[in-house]
Amino acid sequence: MESGRQTPTRRQLMRAIGLLGGTAAIYQMMTTFGHAAETRFPGPPNLAGARKGASVVVLGAGLAGMLAAYELEKAGYKVRILEFQDRPGGRNWTLRGGDTYTELGGATQKVTFAKGNYFNPGPWRIPHHHKTLLHYCKAFGVALEPFIQLNHNTYIHNTDAFGGAPQRFRSLKADFEGGVAELLSKAMDQKGLDSPLTSEDLDRLKEALRGWGMLDKDMRYAKNLRSASHRGFDLPPGGGVGGAPQPSDLFPFDEVLKSGVWANMAFFMNEEFQTTMFQPVGGMDMIGKGFAKHVGHLITYNAKVTKLMQGKGGVTVTYTDTAKGVVSTAEADFCVCTIPLTVLSQIETNLSEKKTAAISSVPYSNSVKIGLEMKRRFWEQDYDIYGGHSFTNQEIGLISYPNNKFFDDGPAVLLGAFAGGPGGYRLGGMTPEERIQVALEQGSVFHPDSYRKEFLSGASVAWSRVPWVMGCCARWNEDTRKEHYQELVALEDRIVLAGEHASYLGCWMEGSLLSAIDAITRLHKRALEA
Amino acid sequence: MNRPILLATTLAALAFPALADEPGPGGSKPPVPKTGEEVYVMMCQSCHMAGGKGAVGAAAFPALANNPRLGTAAYPIYIIEKGKGGMPWFRDTLTPTQVAQVVTYMRTHFGNNFPDPVTPAEVEAMRKP
Repeated sequence: MESGRQTPTRRQLMRAIGLLGGTAAIYQMMTTFGHAAETRFPGPPNLAGARKGASVVVLGAGLAGMLAAYELEKAGYKVRILEFQDRPGGRNWTLRGGDTYTELGGATQKVTFAKGNYFNPGPWRIPHHHKTLLHYCKAFGVALEPFIQLNHNTYIHNTDAFGGAPQRFRSLKADFEGGVAELLSKAMDQKGLDSPLTSEDLDRLKEALRGWGMLDKDMRYAKNLRSASHRGFDLPPGGGVGGAPQPSDLFPFDEVLKSGVWANMAFFMNEEFQTTMFQPVGGMDMIGKGFAKHVGHLITYNAKVTKLMQGKGGVTVTYTDTAKGVVSTAEADFCVCTIPLTVLSQIETNLSEKKTAAISSVPYSNSVKIGLEMKRRFWEQDYDIYGGHSFTNQEIGLISYPNNKFFDDGPAVLLGAFAGGPGGYRLGGMTPEERIQVALEQGSVFHPDSYRKEFLSGASVAWSRVPWVMGCCARWNEDTRKEHYQELVALEDRIVLAGEHASYLGCWMEGSLLSAIDAITRLHKRALEA
Repeated sequence: MNRPILLATTLAALAFPALADEPGPGGSKPPVPKTGEEVYVMMCQSCHMAGGKGAVGAAAFPALANNPRLGTAAYPIYIIEKGKGGMPWFRDTLTPTQVAQVVTYMRTHFGNNFPDPVTPAEVEAMRKP
């Protein structure tokens, strides 16, 4: 299209509308253009005018703590960070060959993956609209690559459907849509559709059903090249003499319903899980390392916080050096506390009763992830699967194929389990060796000939047994939000909490970053008033 | 037999839209524990450890072994039903029978000797609003 002088740009148009109708009108107009806000990222915080010498102690060197430290130091505050672990990043974590990990209960795993192979036990995918995280990745030079979230060629397995045989997502989805389209069309013919639609609308709906559900001219979903173009062919189109394609048989609709494929379709429509998604090149902890490049000099490692007190003069944190057993204190004017609530609820503080109640009222989830290194990429070589997830109703939940180094000849690591709920509890109660056996047994339903045969080694993380967080993520519900959320996030004199638990984006890195920006913005205001 | 489980899963899916980065629709059919020991191993052991030993990291999971607090059955029932701190409540996950079974199991194992069995009725009484 020509960008003629007569045509106002969208920005000009919106400005004009804004001048006439105010921001509500702008918002409405943006929504019309499909620009409704997907992010709450306000840009890096503006902390201008910090008083010289004002100090902040940050508890926790996860992403929230490191963002807070980075921005506060940049603004002129004197900052130090206390961290329980001997590494930065918190749940932003990657295990590689040579790493050793000891979980609660005492089991130690030595990871033996080949050089360059890794497994992300915590966060592993980044939505394209998590702009705070994307902003800091770019600022710190963290390279991102696509995370293959949706792959139509992966499998859905349900022990209650198809005699327990996994089926390709594309075929199940096509047959679900085709079956629903045909049924709805029949209901329309039988005047079974109680609807205020006009007859023109109903004609359009029929056309939509035909086009969406791949129905034939008689509005039937049948075995033909049309349905095969969605669900897959028995013999795909080829070249030359025998090039003609052969359509495939449809699944019985009742089995399609039993497979639960609708839940997968709905999952992929969830805004947080829509494509495009990203992952850092080389492992998720590249993000934590990116932050640590800028704030690493501020961190005291192996510091177990045992007491957090505030008074008129400032904040005093008591901590034990877990390597040397020495008890020390850190003093500062203010404190940003990002300690997970599982741990903070057991630390002595003089915070108010209401705040303490909020800290003690949020249960944590318990997921388990397992990385399995295989001798070769049989899912690519034998199954044409490049990234994406195969889902199962067994406890492992899914297996997920690597998103990088496609076609590589060497060993590769796939995610052998992402278990939550009761399945996560059971896997978490097992020894690491038992978890690997369950992962191999359950994952074999997708690749029975190769899964055990190609297995080299595995590593697992049960989040309830991770010594420094003792849970996975804060699980709020409507009742606890109403009763405790505002109390939890409120600045209490000199102390403010931050982290995924202090956000509405729980379990996402974006939530912890947005929470940190909001927390330090309020803390800065408080500091200026002091 | 399958119906309540299916219904429970569906209701849970409606109650908690996947706002967090979670597994999605997989894992919806875990094995169902049938004895107190199975409930313990499958639901409790991931935090309270084998043998009820508990654990200490940045914070602590309390030991259930040799724990006099289990002497009053209402106490463990209350914690399981209502949760405590980072520990979720299990009233949506376990049936009253399963709660009674696991409390009875913990009270008679791990060095605890409180032989009075706990009944599902005691759990139901606490579950009523």
